[in-house]
Amino acid sequence: MGRMPFQVGRASRPAFFDGTIPAVRKAGGPTNSVGTPARPTGRLRFAIVAALAFTFLLFGQSAPETPHRYPSPDDMVVSPDGHRLYVVCSGTDELLAVDTVAKSVAGRVTVGRVPRGVAIAPDGKRLYVTNSWSDTVTEIDAPTLKALRTLPAGFEPTGIAADAHGTLYVANRIGGDVSVIDVESGQDAERLPAGRGASYVTASADGAQVYVSHVYPNLAKWRTTPESEITEIDAGRRVVESRIGLHNVGGVFHVALSRDGRLGIAAQMRPKNLVPLAHVEHGWVLGNSLTVFGEDVGGAVQLPLDQIESCFSLPFGVAIAADKSRAYISASGTDEVAIVDLRKLVAAAKAPDAADLANDLSASARYVLARIAVGRNPRTVALSPDGGALYVANRLDDTVSVIDTARGTVTGTIALGGSAMLTAERRGERLFYSSKYAWNGQFGCANCHLDSTFDGLQWDLEPDGFGIDIVDNRQLEDIGGTAPYKWNGGNPDLPTECGPRTERFFFRSQGFRGDDLQDLAQYVTSIPLRPNRYRLPDGELTPAQERGKTLFERTTKKDGAPIPEANQCFVCHSGPYYTNLQLTDVGTGKPTDRSPRIDVPQLTNVVYSAPYLHDGSARTLEEIWTVFNPNDTHGVSNDLTKDELNDLIEYIKTL
Amino acid sequence: MRHASYIGHRSLTVAALFIASALFAQDMPRYRWENFTTAQGLPDNRVYSVCVDGDRVWAGTDNGLALYEKGQWKVFTTADGLAHRAALYVALDKRTHDVWIATMGGLSRYSAGRFDTFTQLNSGLANDVVYGVAVQGDFVWAATAAGASRLNTRTGEWSLFNERNTPMYEIWTYAVSAATDKVYYAVWGGGVLEYDVKTEHWKDYNDPDGETEIVLHKDEGLIHEITTSVSYVNRILWAGTYFGVSRYDGRNWRNFLEKDSGLPSNFMNQVKSVDGTKTWFSTDKGLAYFDGENWATYRPALDTHAPEMLVRDAAGKVTRVAVDTAPAYHYTFGVDFQGDDLWVATAKGVSHGIRIKRGDSKQ
Repeated sequence: MGRMPFQVGRASRPAFFDGTIPAVRKAGGPTNSVGTPARPTGRLRFAIVAALAFTFLLFGQSAPETPHRYPSPDDMVVSPDGHRLYVVCSGTDELLAVDTVAKSVAGRVTVGRVPRGVAIAPDGKRLYVTNSWSDTVTEIDAPTLKALRTLPAGFEPTGIAADAHGTLYVANRIGGDVSVIDVESGQDAERLPAGRGASYVTASADGAQVYVSHVYPNLAKWRTTPESEITEIDAGRRVVESRIGLHNVGGVFHVALSRDGRLGIAAQMRPKNLVPLAHVEHGWVLGNSLTVFGEDVGGAVQLPLDQIESCFSLPFGVAIAADKSRAYISASGTDEVAIVDLRKLVAAAKAPDAADLANDLSASARYVLARIAVGRNPRTVALSPDGGALYVANRLDDTVSVIDTARGTVTGTIALGGSAMLTAERRGERLFYSSKYAWNGQFGCANCHLDSTFDGLQWDLEPDGFGIDIVDNRQLEDIGGTAPYKWNGGNPDLPTECGPRTERFFFRSQGFRGDDLQDLAQYVTSIPLRPNRYRLPDGELTPAQERGKTLFERTTKKDGAPIPEANQCFVCHSGPYYTNLQLTDVGTGKPTDRSPRIDVPQLTNVVYSAPYLHDGSARTLEEIWTVFNPNDTHGVSNDLTKDELNDLIEYIKTL
Repeated sequence: MRHASYIGHRSLTVAALFIASALFAQDMPRYRWENFTTAQGLPDNRVYSVCVDGDRVWAGTDNGLALYEKGQWKVFTTADGLAHRAALYVALDKRTHDVWIATMGGLSRYSAGRFDTFTQLNSGLANDVVYGVAVQGDFVWAATAAGASRLNTRTGEWSLFNERNTPMYEIWTYAVSAATDKVYYAVWGGGVLEYDVKTEHWKDYNDPDGETEIVLHKDEGLIHEITTSVSYVNRILWAGTYFGVSRYDGRNWRNFLEKDSGLPSNFMNQVKSVDGTKTWFSTDKGLAYFDGENWATYRPALDTHAPEMLVRDAAGKVTRVAVDTAPAYHYTFGVDFQGDDLWVATAKGVSHGIRIKRGDSKQ
């Protein structure tokens, strides 16, 4: 018959990521002068390989896989007395308590899977950690570090804030909403609609206002300027008060508020995805910037952080000094922290030319006082209560940098433990998040593949020709077995995808080569599949999903006529990843496409990665068939009733 | 003398009845009406729906959505993201204070300045012609021209209910009322459909006389199959049709017709109950109120267009109450409550009924 075998089970696919890295491709070596393991020399590498081979021969079995876990500090809060720094470690599913005097880990508590955010109650007695893969919040007794309760949240809870009234606000990244959790009852009492990719939360000091930022732009018409928002919540009424529109903004990370509540700052990127990606040298790919908002500036103004010859890539963490003299912003791509003069920043935001500054690479000189090198992939920045110390969570170094804010220098580094040996995946992850390879450090892989996912944008890439082959950014979860890569299937493997092509057409600078390239490919291959929220816990399907599965696997139309094999859903979308790894013309090509033949995409967790089709023209799963399949060339769908199409989509959400 | 006494007694009786009637008439709620049209900023005078949110009032019109706040009307159109210019019904999510708008081109949610629109093309919504919408916790129920649709706002899942999975033999759903225990649909030509939240079962209520306009079995079931509105409050169901109104308490039906009640018309655009007993009726011939025994009608007189308030007591006696103001038009589409005040959607504008308290001389 020639039909690809349909595999219902997924035994051949890696199981959900449990925090362990399964394989070590290269052995580590001695640490270098800055405490990070150096790459083994050729001679040493030979010795290690020989030793491993000897071990294998001696015991007649495979060398045991050694799990290497890295704390990967992400979010942090400081206790009210300043003695403790509580650090969320997404790599080890822990919350660490760091003694800020001894500068060492004083305690730890295991939380849920892949924790991402932490908040502390105003009295300092309770801590709340979001578990992004468990869809829960762990309540912890701060003095004893004892986990007290597990509270429900939405899909992929990420950022969290606690107000003075006993309410938690949790940004649910996949849900695109905010859980309003009543601490006393422990109930996820309300859901407030936020924007797409709701991720980070901050509350005003008086608890009256809560602000939420988003890593993805809101879904909009095809090839229109990305629009994101800062969602402002009236905490007293528990309603969304307003939405601060962020024009031409994609990924927005931390948002912070001054103690008087009059000044807010959000770290963000401004994608230039509507023009061909050919102007890296002009800073015209991703503008790394801030949105400054609030009464002090009388609105919302975007201001750049990049400098003409040195970009400040992937701005992430934001902290504002209590006296509003300084703001501190981390650049998780260029591994540094910027010290910003707030008075000058506000002046720039209120200047007559403020509206023109967002893309002016000379503007940051007005308010950026210094850029301080810190560890790899700095994320959250947190000030001590007296403002004298700034803590920086270096996610890919497993350390916390301590900056003396008076002197503007790093005065110490707190090691958080974890494996001393760097796996290939870990080395590759560092490369993935680094922006040091692109022209002027403008961006890295992670600037578009946010937190190793995607950015929800469509890009016009040069290799295909300008104005040709507009492509939607594809997600990277569990793609190891989905070669070839690119929407046109042009890259047979990940080294080809990530190597010379990236160097030449994206970075316009030295790219990844040799061992680095292999490490990067290894990391990308290891990016795990996130939990699917649409499957029932017992693995069964709901009646609607079951009906949808029947439609997905059908071979005849409703009138009994056979559906040609090539037009059956489960023929192209077959195998463990729901792709036959082939190119197919399903009638979705556009006049600007060089070829109508499109790489059959994997469908694993496809529900998370809107928009759809190769060019992102379908905003929702429904539009794939209601708008872009008029002639039944992308599966037979036009004989389905609306509720049958809904069933089909409910099933596809479970894949 | 006896005759004189009789006459005197009779006169006293008549006088007492007149006074009682007058007092009773005074007991029925009276309003000073303020009317709003395009002259005051409405986008259109044809107003299908009003929805009160505290001090704010939403109005769904034939040409956009309007919000009355701080004495001003603000207009939202398709350019702002509204699914369609014809906003047929507006429902409030009392928890989030978002509003859901049923339009002729899909279902829109307005949340703090942002419209999100769900259509039959971009979502699981059954049909773009959405006549009614109701919010029930995390669920949003829509009445569409192709059956009922339910959106789970936490998961994004749509569930459709139609002739394939309910006793809905006609799929033109026209209005929906949702409470924590039951959801009711007015199915235009198909009676009333009930969804039991606990059992997830559907049940239909139909006119025992069938699809006729003959009332053979009054008070034995729904008055007519062409239902246009439902209101479920305190376990009491009211169903409005183009041929009268029905009330159902879970055991007994009671029907109301123009000929034997205070309804100004059998043609019902909306029935909306305050507490299961006190109920408002938006008809083509005026706005009516029923307090359980007595009726009142508010409208510009059909002939003279002068402000008119008619009160009908339980015995059928009709009293005309002197009023200086009336709703904008006799053709009314719907009401909503703002404390003791009333907001009314009419075919010629929005009316704000400001309740006149006893002793308040200002009308």
